[in-house]
Amino acid sequence: MIDFLTIPLYIQIALSAVCLYRIIRGPTIPDRMVGIDIFGILVVGICAIIATQTGKSFILDIGIAWIILSFIGTLTLAKYLSGKKLNE
Amino acid sequence: MNNMVTLILICIGVLFNIFGCIGLLRLPDVYNRLQSATKCVTLGCYSILLGVVFHFGFSDAGFKALIAIPILFFSATVAAHALIRGTYHFGTKLDERSVKDDYKEVIK
Repeated sequence: MIDFLTIPLYIQIALSAVCLYRIIRGPTIPDRMVGIDIFGILVVGICAIIATQTGKSFILDIGIAWIILSFIGTLTLAKYLSGKKLNE
Repeated sequence: MNNMVTLILICIGVLFNIFGCIGLLRLPDVYNRLQSATKCVTLGCYSILLGVVFHFGFSDAGFKALIAIPILFFSATVAAHALIRGTYHFGTKLDERSVKDDYKEVIK
């Protein structure tokens, strides 16, 4: 559709590579979890830009599902970090 | 006209994402990294989704993007808060250049 949106798409993919660098290299365990959290948010932006380019609407569904799964996963990791069981 | 609004909103969003990821790469501490990255990246994706709403208008894709905005807004901030609280209870030290730690007196 709009050809000039390819440059923001490439920038967004490069930024998620920065998050992958933080996940691989991160000095402590919480650093990796922060990287996973930010990566989950960036993927939504990638899905939105791809949806404007292709004109298909189901790609936004992938984005919404990814937000919710990333939310639940991050909450579980936070519970694990604070040393509690999952039901307290 | 709509294309120009879409382009400007998406470029603003990508700019905020760039600032957030520079903070994720350069700051010294896990608390600083999360504080920089979560705010900037959430606002950036919010702006990108708003641009998608202007691009599609009143159609199914536009409403999907409109629904995705509050979901992103609440879930990202709540997840970041829970994550940083768990990080503090995990025992990660602050950077040695930090000057103040108010949460230590609160949980005492």
